[in-house]
Amino acid sequence: MTTQETIESGNLELYVYGLLNESETKEISELADASPAMKSEIISIEKAILNLSSSFSPNISADNFEKIKAKLQLKHGKVIDMKSKSNTSQYLSWAASIALLIGVGYQYNKLNDTKSTINSIELEKTNLEKSVVNLESKNKQTATALNVVRDTKNTVVTLAGQAVAPTSSAKIYWNKETATVYVDASGLPEPPAGKVYQIWSLKLSPTLTPTSIGLLEDFKGNNEKLFAVSGTTGAEAFGITLEPAGGSKSPTMEQLYTLGKV
Amino acid sequence: MTQEQLIPLILQKDDRAFTIMYDMYSKSLFSVISNLVKETEEAEDVLQEVFVKIWKNIESYNSTKGRLYTWMLNIARNTAIDKLRSKGFNNSQKNLSSDNFVHLLDDSNKLVNRIDTIGIQEFVKKLKPKCIQLIELLFFQGYTQQEASDELEIPLGTVKTQNRNCINDLRTYLQV
Repeated sequence: MTTQETIESGNLELYVYGLLNESETKEISELADASPAMKSEIISIEKAILNLSSSFSPNISADNFEKIKAKLQLKHGKVIDMKSKSNTSQYLSWAASIALLIGVGYQYNKLNDTKSTINSIELEKTNLEKSVVNLESKNKQTATALNVVRDTKNTVVTLAGQAVAPTSSAKIYWNKETATVYVDASGLPEPPAGKVYQIWSLKLSPTLTPTSIGLLEDFKGNNEKLFAVSGTTGAEAFGITLEPAGGSKSPTMEQLYTLGKV
Repeated sequence: MTQEQLIPLILQKDDRAFTIMYDMYSKSLFSVISNLVKETEEAEDVLQEVFVKIWKNIESYNSTKGRLYTWMLNIARNTAIDKLRSKGFNNSQKNLSSDNFVHLLDDSNKLVNRIDTIGIQEFVKKLKPKCIQLIELLFFQGYTQQEASDELEIPLGTVKTQNRNCINDLRTYLQV
C-alpha cells in the first residue's frame, strides 16, 4: 500500500479516533515517522475532529481546572518528596544511644566505687583523729603529772602501807603556795566495787582532826593514777581510807590503807 | 503548540505544561465524556478523573501508541464508560439512545460564551445525517467498524471511507 493509498483508505481517521488495534496503530505510527505527507495528513485530521468536538463541549465549571490541580498537588509548585531518614542513620543513633547508656552506667559505677572509697577513707580519718585526740589527752595528762611531780615548790609526802594493806603506798604532792594537792595512787590496789578511796588531811595536835579533801573517783579510768584533790593548809599528815561510794564524814580507821606525816 | 513540543514539558511535570494541555484538550474530551455521561456534574467528575490519570500515567505513553490526543481520547471514553457501568447502564441501553453529539448544546443554558464556535456548529448541523451518525458512533462512542456497520446498516467496507469523506468536508470548511 502506497502512502497515498493509505491516506485514502480512511485508516488514518480511525487511527486518530483510537479505533485501530495495537499493531495497526504501531504500523501507522512508524509509517508517519517516515512520511511527512502522512504525518501532515494525520495532524490535519486531528485538528478537524479536535475542533469539531471542542465546539460541542458544554461549559466546564470555572473551578474544574483548580480542582484537578489540587488533586495533583500542582497549585503550590513542585511536590517535594519527603524521604524518610535512612535505616543506617537510625541504627547509628540507636547505637550511639546504647553506647552513651553503657558509658553513663560505667561512670555511675565508678562514681559509686569512688564514693565508698571516700567513705572508708573518711572513717579511717575519723578514727585517726580520735586516736590523735586520745593521744593528745594522754599526753596532756602525762605533762600535767610531770609538772606536778617536778614542781620544786612541792612538798612530797610518802604514805606507807598500814595494817589492812601493808604493801600499798601512795604519794602526796602538796604545793603550799598554791594550796593544791595531788595524789599519786599508783601504789594502791584497785578498790572493790561499791568502794572508793577517800583522802584526808590530818592535824595531829592538840587532837587528831581528819578533814576530807576529796575522793579518788574513777580510779580505773585514770591511767596515771594521779588525782587532783581539794587544797589544804596547815596539814600535818595525810591518810587514805577505803570508804563506801560517795565517801564518809569521818574516816573508817579499820580501812586505813596508807598514812604519812608531813 | 504541537504535541511534540508539549510532551517533554509534561514529562518534566512542569506546572505550565498542565495548563497548556488542559487548554488544548479539555473541551474536546469533555464533549466526548458529556455525550456518554449526560449529567453535567458527573461528567465534570469524570473529566477530573481523566486528567489525573493522564498526568499520573504520562510515562506509559509513547508515540508508537498513536497520537497523544488519541491516547487521551481512549482514557476519556473508557473512564466515562466505566462510570456508566458503575451506575448500571450497559451498552445495549446506550444503543437505544437517539441522542448524538449535536444535541449536546440543545440546552440553552450551555450556550453561554459559545459565539466563537457557532459557525462550526451550524456547519456540522448541515452535514449529511449519515456523517453525523458516523462521527457520533466512531469518534464519540468508539464503536468498531463492524458495530457501526450493523447500527447504520451500511456495508462494512464503506464505513471508514464514508467517514473519511465526512471528515474531508469538515476539513474543507475549517481549511485544515
